[in-house]
Amino acid sequence: MTSPLQQKIKIAGPSVVTANRTWDGVVIYRTAAKDWSTDLSKAAVVRAADEARALLAESVADDVGAIGAYIAPVEVTDDGKIEPGNLREQIRRSGVTIDLPAQIGLPVQV
Amino acid sequence: MYAYDEIDRTLVNERVAEFRDQVKRRLSGELTEDEFKMLRLQNGVYLQLHAYMFRVAIPYGTLSSEQLRRLAHVARRYDRGYGHFTTRQNIQFNWIKLAELPDALADLAEVGIHAMQTSGNNTRNVTSDQWAGVAPGEIEDPRIWAEILRQYTTLHPEFSFLPRKFKFAITASAHDRVAVKIHDLGLRLHKNAEGETGFEVLVGGGLGRTPFIGKTIKPYVAGSDLLSYVEAIMRVYNQYGRRDNIYKARIKILVHELGIEKFAQEVEEEWQQMRDGALKLDDEVVEDIRARFSYPAYEKLPHMPDELRKAAAEPEFEAWRKNSVFTHKVQGYSIVTISLKPVGGPPGDATAEQMDALADLADKYSFGEIRVGHEQNLALPHVAKRDLPALWRALDKIGLATPNVNLISDIIACPGLDYCSLANARSIPIAQELTRRFANLDTANLIGRLHINISGCINACGHHHVGHIGILGVEKNGEEVYQITIGGRADENAELGTLIGPGVRYEEVADVVEDIVEAYLALRQRPDELFVDTVKRLGVEPFRERVYATR
Repeated sequence: MTSPLQQKIKIAGPSVVTANRTWDGVVIYRTAAKDWSTDLSKAAVVRAADEARALLAESVADDVGAIGAYIAPVEVTDDGKIEPGNLREQIRRSGVTIDLPAQIGLPVQV
Repeated sequence: MYAYDEIDRTLVNERVAEFRDQVKRRLSGELTEDEFKMLRLQNGVYLQLHAYMFRVAIPYGTLSSEQLRRLAHVARRYDRGYGHFTTRQNIQFNWIKLAELPDALADLAEVGIHAMQTSGNNTRNVTSDQWAGVAPGEIEDPRIWAEILRQYTTLHPEFSFLPRKFKFAITASAHDRVAVKIHDLGLRLHKNAEGETGFEVLVGGGLGRTPFIGKTIKPYVAGSDLLSYVEAIMRVYNQYGRRDNIYKARIKILVHELGIEKFAQEVEEEWQQMRDGALKLDDEVVEDIRARFSYPAYEKLPHMPDELRKAAAEPEFEAWRKNSVFTHKVQGYSIVTISLKPVGGPPGDATAEQMDALADLADKYSFGEIRVGHEQNLALPHVAKRDLPALWRALDKIGLATPNVNLISDIIACPGLDYCSLANARSIPIAQELTRRFANLDTANLIGRLHINISGCINACGHHHVGHIGILGVEKNGEEVYQITIGGRADENAELGTLIGPGVRYEEVADVVEDIVEAYLALRQRPDELFVDTVKRLGVEPFRERVYATR
């Protein structure tokens, strides 16, 4: 399998690098401070393929802290807010779109 | 129930210790993710969208009440309070932390449950009929053979690195509740002309990107030859199966490309060299396994007890009984299917509280035994008919008495884009909307038996190809689009469904299904002509017309 770093990177707009945290699998985003955050608003936003490749390279290098790093599209609103660029990333950021057992009245521990 | 011996317990415990060490080394950085990935997959641990997903095997779909309570404990202690029963008699937990997984596995190991080979390119959980051992007319309990296959395939060194995953299913009834024809290797117990019990062996079934119905490779294999014949098939697959292209690596592709005759010939040649060797199963071994299955001490009970006669006056009980209670091989007892498809609920999900309560009900009413079916429902296999009214009331209190088994809202669905990293589109919300649309029981009963299957990607975990109505979610230009097939079926007459036309948007799916159902109600010859039979008789055209005439 081709390493993500050897793959051609094309980005069509603002993007971030996202992954899952190794010890618990939680969704994380690479920050400009070369760290990870669970908060998309703290993510480093890149707009060119070279920048994206560099951000991905440093993210992948942290094999202990993160798993499965990749470049994901985002939208940056006029007031600078970062929003997920597609449904998949929206679900990763905000959680499932479905009613869970408690929400449909099934017995759950309170 | 099958009683594990010391060898089984040691194997499971050693595996937990081994995985604990592997996780520790991964978290310390001693193992890279590339090195660790295969190890975690062989222990049922995937990475999904939000977290790790942990898949636990329920061999041949049989659980004790103690085991179900332990699954509830894992859901509560390590996850978010619920689990998802899958189409292959596994349970999945969606929010597990890697650091806590060894503890969860250790807790499960105490009751003989594990996650070995629930993922990876090896032989997977051996599935069987959820009515095994209690179905009237069954040739014999297929779980004895499933257990033999489980022991034979677990950590088998030759089959731990196959070209791709490999799934067995086994049935012993005329009506196939296991979907043997869509498995890599399907086994159907039957009697030959001489009255001897053996297996019809089917090979090369499977869904996913390239769906095939399994083909009979040998109409009769004696029980004593089962392992050698299976091993011959696996060897041919291991030798010739493609490893260069993941999409062409399943045995179904090999069987298709070679042709069943050529494949069978290769298997036969391999088998002739080994059939009388070490894998010959002698009666003593089979009887030893058989003896480790315990069966309830059934009472002599009347066919129609007073409790049941009285309860028949309650319409809600009767509605549930008609759809959920099935004939048992012993007079006075019933098999009860527990729907995990409440209106508006995610198909196949059960909360820890439901699992605990159901375990208690199994102790009280079903000799402590629970079954898991591939339709993502549960079953209590040994309920005295006199207890049915009390059981129904108790199930109703915990949200497990939805009277929709085999009806249109008894939907099979994969986790889809809400959880799965492979998915392109959501499955569960489509299912939830459909259960709301068809919540009216009179309407659902009028429609009759109709299976809807939903997959959120081409990998087909929701078995959409064999749904009477199949719904496949794909992604097109950034939007979720759903392709609809009709006429598929997963039973002994298994067939792949036919696409009715262009894909439809997320918002339109429930309307399209309603249109298809309305067309069926108008077209069927008699009230008891099933949807799938109407499609068989008329083809897809009238349905296509109905759906697309105004779209």
